[in-house]
Amino acid sequence: MTAPAPTARPVPAVGKPRPLKLPSVAERRLDNGLRVLAVRRPGVPLAELRLRIPFAAPTGKTGRVHTAQAALLGDTLLSGTASRDAAQLAADVQALGGQLSASTDADRLGFGGSVLVDGLPGLLELLADVLTGASYPKREVVGERDRFVQELAIYRSQASVIAREALLHRLYGDHPYGRELPTAEQVEQVKASGLRALHAKRVVPAGSILTVVGDLTPARMLGLVEQALGGWTATGSAHDTPPVPATTAGPALLLDRPGAVQTTLRMAASAPSRASADYAAFTLANLVFGGYFSSRWVANIREDKGYTYSPHAQVEHPPAGSRITVSADVSTPTTAAALLETVYELGRVATTPVSQGELDQARRYAVGTLALGTSSQAGLASTLSQLAGAGLGLDYLRDYPQQLAAVTVDSALEAAARYLAPNRLTTVLVGDVSEIEAPLRTLVDLQLG
Amino acid sequence: MPPPAKTAARRAPAKGRAPTSDYRVERFTLDNGLRVVLSPDPSSPVVAVAVYYDVGMRSEPEGRTGFAHLFEHLMFQGSASLGKTEHFTHVQGNGGTLNGSTHVDYTNYYEVMPSAATELALFLEADRMRSVAVTQDNLDNQIAVVQNEIRVNVLNRPYGGFPWLLVPPVLFGDFANSHNGYGDFIDLESSTLEDAQGFFDRYYAPGNAVLTVVGDLDVAQVTAWVHQHFGDIPARPVPERPSFAEPLPTEERRATVHDRLAPAPAVAMAWRVPDPQDLTTYLPYVVLAEVLTDGDASRLQERMLLQDRSATHISGYLGLLGDPLDARDPTPLLLEVHHPEQTPVEAVLATVDEEIERLATGGLPQAELDRTVARMTSRYLREIDSVLGRATTMAVFEQQRDRAELVNELPGLLRQVTAEAVQAAAATLTKDARTVLELRPGGAA
Repeated sequence: MTAPAPTARPVPAVGKPRPLKLPSVAERRLDNGLRVLAVRRPGVPLAELRLRIPFAAPTGKTGRVHTAQAALLGDTLLSGTASRDAAQLAADVQALGGQLSASTDADRLGFGGSVLVDGLPGLLELLADVLTGASYPKREVVGERDRFVQELAIYRSQASVIAREALLHRLYGDHPYGRELPTAEQVEQVKASGLRALHAKRVVPAGSILTVVGDLTPARMLGLVEQALGGWTATGSAHDTPPVPATTAGPALLLDRPGAVQTTLRMAASAPSRASADYAAFTLANLVFGGYFSSRWVANIREDKGYTYSPHAQVEHPPAGSRITVSADVSTPTTAAALLETVYELGRVATTPVSQGELDQARRYAVGTLALGTSSQAGLASTLSQLAGAGLGLDYLRDYPQQLAAVTVDSALEAAARYLAPNRLTTVLVGDVSEIEAPLRTLVDLQLG
Repeated sequence: MPPPAKTAARRAPAKGRAPTSDYRVERFTLDNGLRVVLSPDPSSPVVAVAVYYDVGMRSEPEGRTGFAHLFEHLMFQGSASLGKTEHFTHVQGNGGTLNGSTHVDYTNYYEVMPSAATELALFLEADRMRSVAVTQDNLDNQIAVVQNEIRVNVLNRPYGGFPWLLVPPVLFGDFANSHNGYGDFIDLESSTLEDAQGFFDRYYAPGNAVLTVVGDLDVAQVTAWVHQHFGDIPARPVPERPSFAEPLPTEERRATVHDRLAPAPAVAMAWRVPDPQDLTTYLPYVVLAEVLTDGDASRLQERMLLQDRSATHISGYLGLLGDPLDARDPTPLLLEVHHPEQTPVEAVLATVDEEIERLATGGLPQAELDRTVARMTSRYLREIDSVLGRATTMAVFEQQRDRAELVNELPGLLRQVTAEAVQAAAATLTKDARTVLELRPGGAA
């Protein structure tokens, strides 16, 4: 800038962080098999609930029917019960100062809710009414089905969705993870009677986990849950997701989006789960590569070259297999150059040691942000529920920093070589083929999709 | 030793007591004009630091659309003591997260950090309030980054910028209110270092900013740090905030846009609402938007999503960016309806009109108002339960209303909104007063 820069001042030193005080988790398994976790967190007069019901789809053709049914089941669970129609149910939730939603993915049916704390008993009763008495009225199912078909079309008009669907299919093939969303044709086959049958068979307490966080004593919350959900007696066994197939990267897949001003670049591969011995080392290696803003890759393709706005390398933990996804939306003319820099940064972290400073910085980020995620009722409820779904407890938040502390430059290199080597990542690009195909062919084998 | 901070929020209310919060508010003003609000809450070892500058997209000069946002990016490119990328590495490398955002009426910057790093966050914000240091290379780089931001959020996305960028040119007449706040590419590319220095000098004076610090903090210690790091930033003239008022539309305004990426039509309706500064006349509109569109039991969702099946998605809110409590006058109530091709847009408009008319003439049952306000209250309390949500809410209240205490008072004010006031608000959403923007799928015919 034009003004003379004032003299630089010393940056204040940062003291030792106050240790994270983990709340105690009260736990009870109800007679019906439901596992309940309750945590008191004072603060605002609210309560949060999360319910996870294992809901995995089988592999193959039955799985495809399941995926369509499950998606619509999530959309119509709150469409009525024996005693309430959809509008009445919505009004009753709202009157408690509450919200309640249901959704399904390839692994589970999930409910999320929050409510003014005095309304917690009422919200639990409404949840019980839905779990035991969702009626899937034909009119609502048909209406939601038509709406869902239109929403799918809107969803699939986004480049990021087109890329994600192609990427997951490449990674997982016929496995449920390979087709998160049903086709319109599959949705159109869904009938109310099928949803009722699926509900009866799979919406069961055994194997399910309910997490409640709020400004009440854990004993009181456990009592309220037992009272409200004790009558949820559907029997059946939980279904776990089948193991994911091993895949090789293969040529990069190029999908045409004529006239696109950007190319949607996605690369992905399997990654270690939170329980793996090398998870902490992998996490830090990934952070140094591209897992946060202060990473090499972001510095390179955004802050140096300006190819993109939002590059990020994200780790997800679906139960049957964690994965790393590298994402950037890059301007069309810079597509090949952006891929080159991405492969370079992946290769660099996988073949040459990171510096001690880079490693320590990433470590402090990984430890510090643990505290941020649990500092609100909603954050604590989501964290606890996710950990429980992965078979872990809150003590993970205490043990994980120790695992991070033990990571060395050598172990980070070892983990990066194992998981971040560019030749193991499956690549999908969605963009204007007429502009980007030739430059890309100078770098990688391409398959046009 | 200072006395221990009291519990940040009231415990679960007794039966019948109104749900609210009781966050402490401590404020002071530095000699250079910086306004400071501190709110201790020891429940987690984290702290949020937010700085709000009273300048937004409306203040951009003609020929420099998008400059307020571009400048927000430049505030991360270097400052009095720090080079490019150092701001990020200091925050993240100490376990924190950060961002900034540009709005119609303000620009904010914030960090959420382990509380041990509070002084560092204050230093970083003070350092760039003292001076930004941008090179031509960094300016060119951030122009490219912002252009890619616009590509990913608008140009390569179906419904990109709908309705927040597309409604203002139809709803408003004056440049300040109607222009594209993300920016025209030519304008962005024309931006210079001199523009940046001028914008900083004019709008980023300490007296034009509010600083909030919320979370695990010791008031005396943080007060001392604020004086130490911000106190010697020289005072500069604070720009008089211009009135952006313009006349209300006197007849319906309509326009159509074609979106070649969108597979299905949509329509946005906008009405100007009273000046948000007077909450008594403004809050009934905030409640009205919820009565119309919040959940399956709201008027428009029940009618159009459950009964008629004439729409696939409905939302309604105040302010172009969807936050009713951070917008200044002039500002709209917006309804956004996505509908199947088989439902003609005129049918959508007729149904919306009919439901508004039913509310305006038939009134609002007290039970419906009560449940609407109950959920608004819990959603609001949930937002301010996070230290960041609380820091940003307090900052905007202090900046625009000199009253950070509204963070605790808002639930009470919402409960004072009467059914008659909501009904009267509905009666003003007439056909003559509205702006309609149709989005047609596919390219222009």
